[in-house]
Amino acid sequence: MERAAPQPPSRVDLLAYGRAVLRAALIPAAAIVVALSIGAVIIAISGANPLVAYGALFEGGLGSGRALSRTLEKATPLIFGGLAVALAFKCGLFNIGAQGQLLLGAIFAGYVGFAIQGLPAIVHIPLALLIGALMGALWAAIAGALKAFTGAHEVITTIMLNFVAFNLTDWLADGPWKDRSPGNIVARTPAVAPEARLPDIAGVPLGIILAVLAALAVWWLIWRTTIGFELRTVGQNASAARYAGISVRRMTLLALILSGFLAGIGGAIETLGVVGRFQPGFNAGLGFNAITIALLARTNPIAVIPASLLIGVMQAGASRMQFNSGAASEIIDVIQALILFFVAADSMIRWVLRVRAEEGERVTLSSGWGS
Amino acid sequence: MQMTSSVARPSAARIPWLSLGVWGALAILVLIAYARAPQATTAVLTSTIRQSTPIILGAMAGIMCERSGVINIGIEGMMLIAAFLGYLANVWTGNLLLATAGALLVGGAVGAFHALMSITLKVDQIIAGTVINILAVGFTGYFYQQGLTTRGKLAPIDIAPLSSIPIIGPVFFNNPPITYASLVLIVVIHVLLFRTAWGLRTRAVGEHPAAADTVGIAVNRVRYINVIIGGMLAGLAGGFLTLEAVGSFERNMTNGRGFVSLAVMIFGKWTPFGAWGGSLLFGFANAMQSQIQFLQNQLPPWLAWVSQTPPQFIGMLPYLLTIAVLAGFVGRARPPAAIGKVYEKE
Repeated sequence: MERAAPQPPSRVDLLAYGRAVLRAALIPAAAIVVALSIGAVIIAISGANPLVAYGALFEGGLGSGRALSRTLEKATPLIFGGLAVALAFKCGLFNIGAQGQLLLGAIFAGYVGFAIQGLPAIVHIPLALLIGALMGALWAAIAGALKAFTGAHEVITTIMLNFVAFNLTDWLADGPWKDRSPGNIVARTPAVAPEARLPDIAGVPLGIILAVLAALAVWWLIWRTTIGFELRTVGQNASAARYAGISVRRMTLLALILSGFLAGIGGAIETLGVVGRFQPGFNAGLGFNAITIALLARTNPIAVIPASLLIGVMQAGASRMQFNSGAASEIIDVIQALILFFVAADSMIRWVLRVRAEEGERVTLSSGWGS
Repeated sequence: MQMTSSVARPSAARIPWLSLGVWGALAILVLIAYARAPQATTAVLTSTIRQSTPIILGAMAGIMCERSGVINIGIEGMMLIAAFLGYLANVWTGNLLLATAGALLVGGAVGAFHALMSITLKVDQIIAGTVINILAVGFTGYFYQQGLTTRGKLAPIDIAPLSSIPIIGPVFFNNPPITYASLVLIVVIHVLLFRTAWGLRTRAVGEHPAAADTVGIAVNRVRYINVIIGGMLAGLAGGFLTLEAVGSFERNMTNGRGFVSLAVMIFGKWTPFGAWGGSLLFGFANAMQSQIQFLQNQLPPWLAWVSQTPPQFIGMLPYLLTIAVLAGFVGRARPPAAIGKVYEKE
């Protein structure tokens, strides 16, 4: 049934496996090409040169060592966000709240980072990451519990919790946890202790290593454990799952908790690895980016990595694009929405490419509001 | 049995004693408040009506779509695009009525796009709405230029003899046009949905499309029309924001109102009057919030804690209220049965 994620080869035929991967990547790749083309038309309409714009976009994202490290930096929280959304999708849940969960993870990791001094890095870093992850999980658990026990749809509750999280973190960073050092007037927390900053390992930031490990872990959880099997069963057919003795409530709660856990680590890494403190208003579009990534990756955890790198390149190159061509950086939001549209409305692309749809490939979310 | 009960779904026929009681108690409270502080009370009530306007319009957009079986979480994005283009139309033409019509048309066009995705292309309806929301943020952000000169906004129209009635007069009969339109539309849509053949067809399509098809109703055509009308209502809500409330456009100025509308729609059990009640609740919460901030130094001692509450906590209230409303009412309200499902002939 699950053709969306090609199974790795048991023993033989790596060639056939490679072909399956290529086939699975065909529709997303076509969607990206079409979206970029329409984006080019919009850039041209607005009076900028699309070739200059895209040239600068990719140069700013891939053109140099600094550009590449900026792309990895941008891609790290995107991978966690994409994994968070993809994991919830597997259980039939739409977590639009990665944004809020990330904010909670980011500020609490920042708090652990600045409030405790003198711990060795080997203790301080895992502690800050864990607290951030747990706060993200807790935030998502609110939506999970509301869904499981009252039937309140997670699409609305997670969006509303995003706004609440935004206000809450803004208050913390401007009130009790504000950086009181002389000369600071903006809302932000103090810098985290040097021992809590994420190091580079052999030149690679720890954050991106953790992101790749997380993708592997999510893949393993979904495809190789009982919990993963139960999550997928609930996602595919909740009443059949109930009939088979799986607690849909428990799985709903668990899926959102795991989802929030991932988003929370993403936020914690942003604070500890990139910014060095919590500042309100960062990563404002992450929740939506994560949805695009999860669907572009067809909810396959491993494919979340290349999808995030693609969006990461666009984000890293956006300011150079704006500088060189005059095309405002918001165009990448438009391109992302178009990618999402063509991935979701794949019947058009399938028709052009003459590729038939496979059974069980679609994500079904809109099964009504209540229970 | 599922089928018979769902088609004979109670519309709005029974007398809702509970809500009558609640509204009666509220009316008495308003009178007491008016006796003690007439000016502040009138200000709060007037502001309640205006703050609830985009919410009720958005909720009715949701009702139109969902009664015919299409989920629309793209109302937020529809509002935002219409608010933006309506504003641009006003900057270019200087004609507010033309700009309002523009917002209406833009909303209808985005509605048609939602219908295309969720009916013809069979995109999952939640994802289709998300596409619209992301597109709206990107599109309005990309084409937004700062420093456009605003050309004013829709002014209140005083309905002469009626507006001098105490309390009711200034609250209901001295409003700008879109607010009036929203009040009229509540009645119009209620009548359309529950008293006309078209409404019956809409509800049949939303509850049991196969049965509706059997009796000769063109299921997908009804859905297209409803989703486009829903888009126009969301567009009007967007027009309200730029052309009536603020007079200019700001990035992401919808601020979650589209999602609040959906919660209100569920709270009102997919009926216009029920949703109006929910919208007034939100309008009232917002109106109280701004009134308290306005009167900060004149608050009586027992309310002093309010002025010491950080603004972020007051800012959270509408969102917490939405969650509470949703959690409290979603289980008791049953959505149209065929919601979210693509209809395919067998």
